[in-house]
Amino acid sequence: MNPTLTDIIRDGLWNNNPGLVQLLGLCPLLAISGTMVNAIGLGIATTLTLLLSNVLVSTIRRHARPEIRIPVYVLIIASIVTAIELAMNAWFHGLFLILGIFIPLIVTNCAIIGRAEAFASRNSVPRAALDGLMMGLGFTGVLIALGALREILGQGTLMDNAHLLFGEWGHNLTIQIYPSEHGFLLALLPPGAFMAMGLLIAAKNWIDQHTATEPEPTTDESRAEASETA
Amino acid sequence: MRFRTQSSPHVIPAHSVGGVMRQVLMALVPGTLAMTWFFGWGVLVNVLLGVLFAVAFEAAMVAARKRPVMATLADNSAIVTGWLFALAIPPLAPFWVTLIGIAFAIIVAKHLYGGLGYNPFNPAMVGYVVVLVSFPREMALWPAATTLPESPLTLWQSLQTVLTGSLPGAQEWDAVTRATPLDAMREGLVSGRTVGEITASPLFGTFTETGWEWVGNFFLLGGLYLLFRRIIHWHIPVAVILGVAIPAGFFWLLDPDSFASPAFHVFSGAVIIGAFFIATDPVSASTTPLGRILYGAGIGVLIFVIRTWGGYPDAVAFAVLLMNMVAPTLDHLTRPRVFGRTRGGPPPGDGHA
Repeated sequence: MNPTLTDIIRDGLWNNNPGLVQLLGLCPLLAISGTMVNAIGLGIATTLTLLLSNVLVSTIRRHARPEIRIPVYVLIIASIVTAIELAMNAWFHGLFLILGIFIPLIVTNCAIIGRAEAFASRNSVPRAALDGLMMGLGFTGVLIALGALREILGQGTLMDNAHLLFGEWGHNLTIQIYPSEHGFLLALLPPGAFMAMGLLIAAKNWIDQHTATEPEPTTDESRAEASETA
Repeated sequence: MRFRTQSSPHVIPAHSVGGVMRQVLMALVPGTLAMTWFFGWGVLVNVLLGVLFAVAFEAAMVAARKRPVMATLADNSAIVTGWLFALAIPPLAPFWVTLIGIAFAIIVAKHLYGGLGYNPFNPAMVGYVVVLVSFPREMALWPAATTLPESPLTLWQSLQTVLTGSLPGAQEWDAVTRATPLDAMREGLVSGRTVGEITASPLFGTFTETGWEWVGNFFLLGGLYLLFRRIIHWHIPVAVILGVAIPAGFFWLLDPDSFASPAFHVFSGAVIIGAFFIATDPVSASTTPLGRILYGAGIGVLIFVIRTWGGYPDAVAFAVLLMNMVAPTLDHLTRPRVFGRTRGGPPPGDGHA
């Protein structure tokens, strides 16, 4: 029973989103989502790691013996993360300093080894690549939503420090929505991260409930297709 | 809640929830009036706003949860939450501080956990801590403890200040506000002065600043009334006050120059109102006799520890919330012996059956 390509995309971005449904990798998700730029930086790094690790694990899936597969996956993921860490240090040094320990900590993000074990080790390379990309984008989406929410509430800005990511013209991207001295500090503190995350999960469940009661024709068709191919 | 029963027991419970909360509100009156006398009309304005917001949010949440609105409002618990919150914040804090704090207290701390009786944390203190960590500037606007006739702001001006967030006319915040005794003690000790030098200020009375002392006395009066009416039991208030006073006394005897006296600790800040009105919250506190003593003592010791070595000048709210987390475990560990049974065993003689 192979999932269709649409299923892979839908799972990664929504139905089985690593942040909102699997609740994997919460530590970097909650710690780094203080501003939108941090969220984008960590999201891109995590997406790259997921994509590369899924491709490599899928490539060697017939050669790695099951007894030693986990150490092999860990080695692959650790090498990729090290490479990404060095690359960020070279090209996004300011952002690298802010994200700090959370870049090397991507290696412990359960979402990555989870996808390697649950998907990449059982699927062909292109499908594994698509899954890695979609899971990564889903994770990035949650990170950005959380980062935007916390940044607006906490310091009244959006895309603050954007020059760390986009170079000098990034200064133009920063939007001041209201004066920062009225910021709601709690949103920037760890409890605010947990509460905002809870609100996002609640919003997703609410949307799911309401789309389930009013079935859309498109989802029905794709489901029918899915069951036919299955 | 009273149920009519056809069979025994025909004993009617002495207190309904609404009645208990009404007694608590009455007991809060003398302390609130004393606070108004010493800190100005802003106290009354805040209490009014707090109660208004609390009842509005309560009604909205109860309606959203499809429960009977009027019957739930009749338990008066939202009024108590709003009132206690308003007493905790500075009298001149802008209205949106109250709005945000009460929203967190009623919506997040109370109704998201299931409403009255299900909240693990004291709602008023959750709301207070949220605004305390979020708005440090607004939460420092304590006026000097003078008497009402000397107060720099009239009732109308206080209302204006709370609603607009800025002082009327050309008055400066620095002229109106003043460090609380706990702030003064903390900053004084950090800057190397001794306790004796700090308390030599003319505003200080016997134990702490005169105004704070009297406010404490009047809350004590209300608390004694609650004890007398058996709304609360003696365990928690006594344990909280001793929990503050005993460690404070120990360190004071060791080094009276760098540690304030136990009386200063008990009568400054929110220890008295905390001991009688906040720590005794029947929902989030421990319920067994021994558990109540441990719960209260834990709050007291935490207040002293956070005040002396922590990051905030006062710590009643933090201490109460931390001990709220422990209360279920305390209840579990201190269950009293069931009548007719030995401690931890089956009833005597049951083994032969």
